[in-house]
Amino acid sequence: MRDFDYHLATDVQSAIEALRNSEEGKIVAGGMTLLPTLKQRLAAPSDLIDLGGIDTLRGIAIEGKDVVIRAMTIHADVGASDVVKKAIPALAVLAGGIGDPAVRHRGTIGGSIANSDPAADYPGGVMGLGATIVTDRRTIAGDDFFLGLFETALEPDELITSVRFPIPDQAHYIKFKHPASGYAVVGVMVSRTGGKVRVGVTGAGPCAFRVTPFETALEKNFSPDAIAAIAVDADGLNTDVNFSAEYRAHIVGVLARRCVAALMD
Amino acid sequence: MTIDVTLKVNGVERSAKVEARTLLAELLRDHLKLTGTHVGCDTTQCGCCVVHLDGKAIKSCTILAVQAKGRSVTTIEGLAQPDGTLHPMQEAFREHHGLQCGFCTPGMVMMGADIARRNPGATEELVRHELEGNICRCTGYQGIVEAILSVANPDAVRKDHH
Amino acid sequence: MGQFGIGQPVRRKEDVRLLTGQGQYTDDINIEGQAWAAFVRSSHANAKILGVDTSAALELPGVVAIFSGKDLEAAGVGVLINEAAYKNRDGSSMHKPPRQVMPTAQTRFVGEVLAIVIAESAELAREAAEAVEFDFESQPAIASTARALDADAPKVWPEFGTNQVVHWEYGDESSVEAKLKAAHTRVKVDLVNNRVAPSPMEPRCVVATYKAADNMLTVYSPTQGGRRLQTMLAKNLLKMPMDKVRIISHDTGGGFGVRSKMYPETVAVAFAAKQLGRPVKWRGDRVETFMSDYHGRDQINHAEMGLDAEGRIVALKLETLLNVGAYLSENGVRLPMEGGGRIIPGVYHVPDFYFSVRPLFTNTVCTDTYRGAGRPEANYITERLMDAAADACKLSREEIRRRNFVTQEQMPYATHLGFVLDSGDFAGTMDMALKAAHWDTFAERRKEAEARGKLRGIGLAVFIEGAGSRPVEGMRVRFEENGDVSVIAGTYSHGQGHATVYSQLVNEFLGVDYDRVKLINGDTANSPAMSNGSFGSRSSMVGGGGINRASKLIIAKGKKIAGHLLQADPEAVAFEAGVFKAGAGTMTIGEVAQASRDPKKLPDGVTPGLDEEVTYENDVENFPNGAHVVEVEVDPETGVLQIVGYVAVDDCGTVLNPFIVHGQVYGGVAQGVGQALTEDVLYDDDGQLLTASYMDYGMPRAKNMAHVEALFNVVPAKTNELGVKGAGEAGATGAPPAIVSALCDALTPYGIRHIDMPLTPEKIWRAIQAARTGKAA
Repeated sequence: MRDFDYHLATDVQSAIEALRNSEEGKIVAGGMTLLPTLKQRLAAPSDLIDLGGIDTLRGIAIEGKDVVIRAMTIHADVGASDVVKKAIPALAVLAGGIGDPAVRHRGTIGGSIANSDPAADYPGGVMGLGATIVTDRRTIAGDDFFLGLFETALEPDELITSVRFPIPDQAHYIKFKHPASGYAVVGVMVSRTGGKVRVGVTGAGPCAFRVTPFETALEKNFSPDAIAAIAVDADGLNTDVNFSAEYRAHIVGVLARRCVAALMD
Repeated sequence: MTIDVTLKVNGVERSAKVEARTLLAELLRDHLKLTGTHVGCDTTQCGCCVVHLDGKAIKSCTILAVQAKGRSVTTIEGLAQPDGTLHPMQEAFREHHGLQCGFCTPGMVMMGADIARRNPGATEELVRHELEGNICRCTGYQGIVEAILSVANPDAVRKDHH
Repeated sequence: MGQFGIGQPVRRKEDVRLLTGQGQYTDDINIEGQAWAAFVRSSHANAKILGVDTSAALELPGVVAIFSGKDLEAAGVGVLINEAAYKNRDGSSMHKPPRQVMPTAQTRFVGEVLAIVIAESAELAREAAEAVEFDFESQPAIASTARALDADAPKVWPEFGTNQVVHWEYGDESSVEAKLKAAHTRVKVDLVNNRVAPSPMEPRCVVATYKAADNMLTVYSPTQGGRRLQTMLAKNLLKMPMDKVRIISHDTGGGFGVRSKMYPETVAVAFAAKQLGRPVKWRGDRVETFMSDYHGRDQINHAEMGLDAEGRIVALKLETLLNVGAYLSENGVRLPMEGGGRIIPGVYHVPDFYFSVRPLFTNTVCTDTYRGAGRPEANYITERLMDAAADACKLSREEIRRRNFVTQEQMPYATHLGFVLDSGDFAGTMDMALKAAHWDTFAERRKEAEARGKLRGIGLAVFIEGAGSRPVEGMRVRFEENGDVSVIAGTYSHGQGHATVYSQLVNEFLGVDYDRVKLINGDTANSPAMSNGSFGSRSSMVGGGGINRASKLIIAKGKKIAGHLLQADPEAVAFEAGVFKAGAGTMTIGEVAQASRDPKKLPDGVTPGLDEEVTYENDVENFPNGAHVVEVEVDPETGVLQIVGYVAVDDCGTVLNPFIVHGQVYGGVAQGVGQALTEDVLYDDDGQLLTASYMDYGMPRAKNMAHVEALFNVVPAKTNELGVKGAGEAGATGAPPAIVSALCDALTPYGIRHIDMPLTPEKIWRAIQAARTGKAA
């Protein structure tokens, strides 16, 4: 790892200032992706601006009809949160299944979402639950947030401060873990709110996405059978040495049907 | 960038001059000579480097030393009583043959203690699931799982041998 | 048998040290004034080296030196050797290209060491290594075992005109072919023994220090015993006197065969330390360990078996392609022959046998010994054939095996390749496993699984191993002045618990308190002259046998001393449980040991001290065997396979410590599970390594394993005094065929009879899809 200047930010504005003032600065939240990247010398930032000192970026609360999770809240806290378990148990399951216990003690929701790793869990949750990303300067609908592989709607100097998850009537998340990395080969979040259904997918594509044909069919008939005949297009999905795009497309369907079945029980 | 870092390690205040890029694992091993914490990979997968930061298991290879400033770290060297009495998780690893070559062991024990703390009454399945960030190449995990279960939920330990 | 004697489940005495962070692995060692090394590695699988420019790197502050292959060559450093001498059928010799420590003209695999950079810190060394510029002319590469013999395949060594190292054969092909043709039933299988990365948890690491004043080179490194490395380094590579090279391994974080080898990095670090007169340390990372540690397995096998109308084997033909990598490693090329050949064709009586092995060069890192070293591959082939034979003969899998086992009445039984099976109750062992696994009530569990939408299958494998390879080992037992007993071993414990087991043996043989016995090993400066180290499941026989023989010498000498002091004829002195008795007089062995230090108390012709070193020798190895039964459940929609039950019955002869032997079984099974389910080293067509981290390479985790019920069917070996059979490699041998058998059983509704390892979800899913749609996978 190449050396850099380290800044411990004490508030959001000072973090943004430090970022703007740096040559090629990077924000570090939990560091679960960034630090391995630096160790492998795949990136060499001039400055690292640590959000770990900003206490106002931690916490979970119900605000109106939303669960609001602040950006620096660690996965373990979301997974164990009574508030989340009661309001959106599927989100607690999602957070409690990220990485491993040690990773969950450091990794944060803001870092995970800002990174738009194609195999991270939270992006699937954002799409499947219709979350809104709150930044230092605006709110961004989850649907508009993930633009591609490691690419989001964030400005270069924009920081996520919290994520608002509307509380659905029901939701279920299932993840197919990669046997080596533990990341999602495919993760599917299905939620139901009133007559609306959302199917969010992570792992399968360059970034998280929704499967609208599933949603339309499920809104008419909320049962696994309703989507059994709808094929997910493998074109453009991810392929690695263990899992082809075709297989991922198939697994999206399997997991979506299982989520639906679980919600019907 | 050189930084002075003061933190509590195994109950004792320690200071070191480190570079910004210095990892906590490097601070422990190279600066403080606490070589019980091991490094087995570069991708935050193997768990050989697990220590407790303010009481919670973390991978010390994936946190900067400076990020532990002012905080409390417990390593494998700090788990036993000062008189040498082993921590219950260390004792359980000995009793259940939870180690062979010993390289993954410090991380396994630290993770095991964390698992038992968070999951009293854990099932075998849960323990296996919770161990997904720790790799052992020697034991086939059987003794490790038994050891952790014996602390978290003694009734769940199978009694089919010894 | 006391509380600590043979057969007791004694808890390990090495554990407290390792559990409290007091282990001493190579990376824990730092020497005052040390410099750090980093390697420049090849990014090409096959390329001509046109030149190297180190000037930019040397200009970086803190860079001490850079050595490439040319520097080593100029300094007279030797080449890495291979002692194999196989011949083609026409009598011509195998191809044996030399391996330079760092190549000077051509690089042949990705990750090959090309230069060593020494700097004041590890980070500086790495940065400088990136600044070294090699000029390459890239050439087409071959990485695939299956395609290495294609006419248009690039040649790793163009001067040979072929990638084939040798075509080694055993048996009469035409006779076997005739018998196969005439057989009532003929079955064949085509298999892949997938390439795996041994991956000890401790990455490779070397610290070397050289003292010019006494021309002494000391190398710290994780090994499985340093003597062979010392010999190679001194004699072949650095051309130094043996006693001027010392190898130390305090603790080694896993061996598995791959830590018994001499690697170029070790030579380069040692060379640099000697050249610079300064300690040098190299801390390998995991990516480097994946790229440069030797890999295991990587065979393609075609096998055919003929059976008579009763399902009895009449002939067997086996053709193996082995990927040896770009060079000949120390043992790689030997593994199908001396490794697997020892026990082929397994536990079955095979009247006629033809065996062909073609090791092949490819542009990949070398393959070499990995837990089992040829025997898992061999048993996998035989067991897949037996399952195919069961199908073809319409017999159950246990019945076809039962009809073909070598029986105890047939023993001693000479195998085709000249080994003699002395003992083993194969049918009894299989029956124990079937019973413990509730084989006969499996249908109920299958039905219950079906109700949950899962396909459940049960698999069986019966296997045999060969253990105790190269049975010569130095062992010394010494009484110390304070009453302790030291076992100074040529074997080397790197996880097996020798300190515990050897203490049990000294307690058993000499009646010395278990707690007073200490193990000294891992340092060539004090290991016995004829030491070899630990590999091939040998330490119980050679180390245990050595302690037994040394103990006998000690007792014989003790009788002379006790007889002298008790004024009795030595012949009349008895020894039992640590006490010498003559008439009414007694002396403990501790008292005799104390007395032995005083020449005035000794009879004529008896030298002072109780200290005996023996070189254990045996003419033969031993043959552990066992039967594994595994149950799996497959999710037909995803292809995910989960192991849900595992029974391992092992005959590893007399069990010295069941607690420790069970640990060997569990660990071996996990490595077999890894090979069967998740592990696969993959190179792309250009020879780039695709699985170079734990993000891509599927190490088995706790959740991949089920609880293993391990049982023993003890049949003591007749060929060594302790009756032991090696226990280290059985698990890795039994698991792959048992798991594949279980999967195929689960997939019976689809008529799927084989899927190659690793049994990844997608492969299983595709096989099911193909079966459903009637297309081949």
